[in-house]
Amino acid sequence: MVGMLGEGFLVSLQIFALTLVGAIPLGVPVALARMSTWGISLGRFRLRPVALIARFYISVMRGTPLMLQMFAIYFAPYYVFGIQLTADSKWQATIVAFIVNYAAYFAEIYRSGIQSIPRGQYEAAEVLGYSRLQTFGKIVLPQVVKRILPAMGNEIITLVKDTSLAFAIGVAEMFSTAKALVASQVSMVPFALAAAFYWVFNFAVEIVLGRVEKHLDYYHD
Amino acid sequence: MGQAQRRPDARPVVSMVNVRKSFGDVAVLKGVTLEVRPGETVAVIGPSGGGKSTLLRCATLLERLDAGSLAYGDLEVARDEGGRAVYGSAAVERAAKARFGLVFQNYNLFPHYTVMKNITDAPRCVQKRPRAEVEAQARELIAKMGLEGCEDKVPCQLSGGQQQRVSIARALAMNPKVMYFDEPTSALDPELTAEVLKVIKLLAAENMTMVVVTHEMSFAREVADRVVFMDGGVVVEQGPAAQVIDHPREARTQAFLHRIGE
Repeated sequence: MVGMLGEGFLVSLQIFALTLVGAIPLGVPVALARMSTWGISLGRFRLRPVALIARFYISVMRGTPLMLQMFAIYFAPYYVFGIQLTADSKWQATIVAFIVNYAAYFAEIYRSGIQSIPRGQYEAAEVLGYSRLQTFGKIVLPQVVKRILPAMGNEIITLVKDTSLAFAIGVAEMFSTAKALVASQVSMVPFALAAAFYWVFNFAVEIVLGRVEKHLDYYHD
Repeated sequence: MGQAQRRPDARPVVSMVNVRKSFGDVAVLKGVTLEVRPGETVAVIGPSGGGKSTLLRCATLLERLDAGSLAYGDLEVARDEGGRAVYGSAAVERAAKARFGLVFQNYNLFPHYTVMKNITDAPRCVQKRPRAEVEAQARELIAKMGLEGCEDKVPCQLSGGQQQRVSIARALAMNPKVMYFDEPTSALDPELTAEVLKVIKLLAAENMTMVVVTHEMSFAREVADRVVFMDGGVVVEQGPAAQVIDHPREARTQAFLHRIGE
């Protein structure tokens, strides 16, 4: 029983890891797009198309259930483009849905961090002649990382538990396995074990996050 | 101070002519001309909102002029074309930024960098100078600023006075032709103020060209070759400290000095 749950856990772990690998970087352009000031002035009103599109994207991703997003991404290729679904489609749809969903949340966290950096930091960098890219990479980003760590920790822990949503689309992650075991063995123990798995894993996540926070604790501002 | 080696006929290090700047409907600079010659220390005094900080922000390219011209020596940064300031290329602005240093009221040190890295990072990454040379210069500056032993500390471990001295060292490490100070002691208590003023006096004695926006009248009187009184977006009066502070001619200058108790 533990072995089967362990197998399911490995699948959950893959969803978790692939989502982070995809969403952490994808959140950056989304956040930058959301903050983009590029646009055209129409009288007193300023139209910022890039920011508007990013805002809409974030709104939809945060405003609709991740489960529905998985289904939408799973069925869209067939209904919209007539592409035949394969055995891998469910898995691919799950990963894509998780990445685009979490990128929206991460983008908002990045934005809050970037906007919390005092103007003086940009001005000091500008006067010293740093390029915009240098200013962002050397001055702003390291400080943002420290500031957003607690909020990112929240999302990452939520993600561990959200991997169980893949159950709905039929991906055999740990929760699906636990539910099957509960039915076949007429026992609630698999659920309890699954809960223990989630919790122990999140405990490890907390330890890692704590270490990173401690590592960045050498300064405050 | 600085009088001995001042060359009044030399080309100004920085020259701002008939500078205008508005924020929305509010005109903050209404035609200000300021030229600073090599080795000169200029103190800019005046009430809050008089345009002193905006003048420095325009000189350091943090703000754009609406009209007027700005030049650093032979480098024309902005020229006036029919009442509008026209800026040169990005390369010109980059070159201009190498010619001045700015010390902020609230230091604006990079909190995640050590003192050493705060001072050496821009010379290394912006000016692409060799590490050994930059670090040797940084050590000299650290000693000069009285910050020995602070090399590996981060700003939050330092007092305000120490932080401000680090920020002076950071600006000096770029080898600027002129140093701007925007109320460098306004965030400090009297004791820490004295520490910072001491190093600025030291720079004046070395004939560093400087423009200091300040509320410290005794400091201005002691250090400045020239005092500029600004109010309402114009230079009301300027001249030697002994004249402007001790025997002001303009009513507005007299009223201001009376208000602050000088």
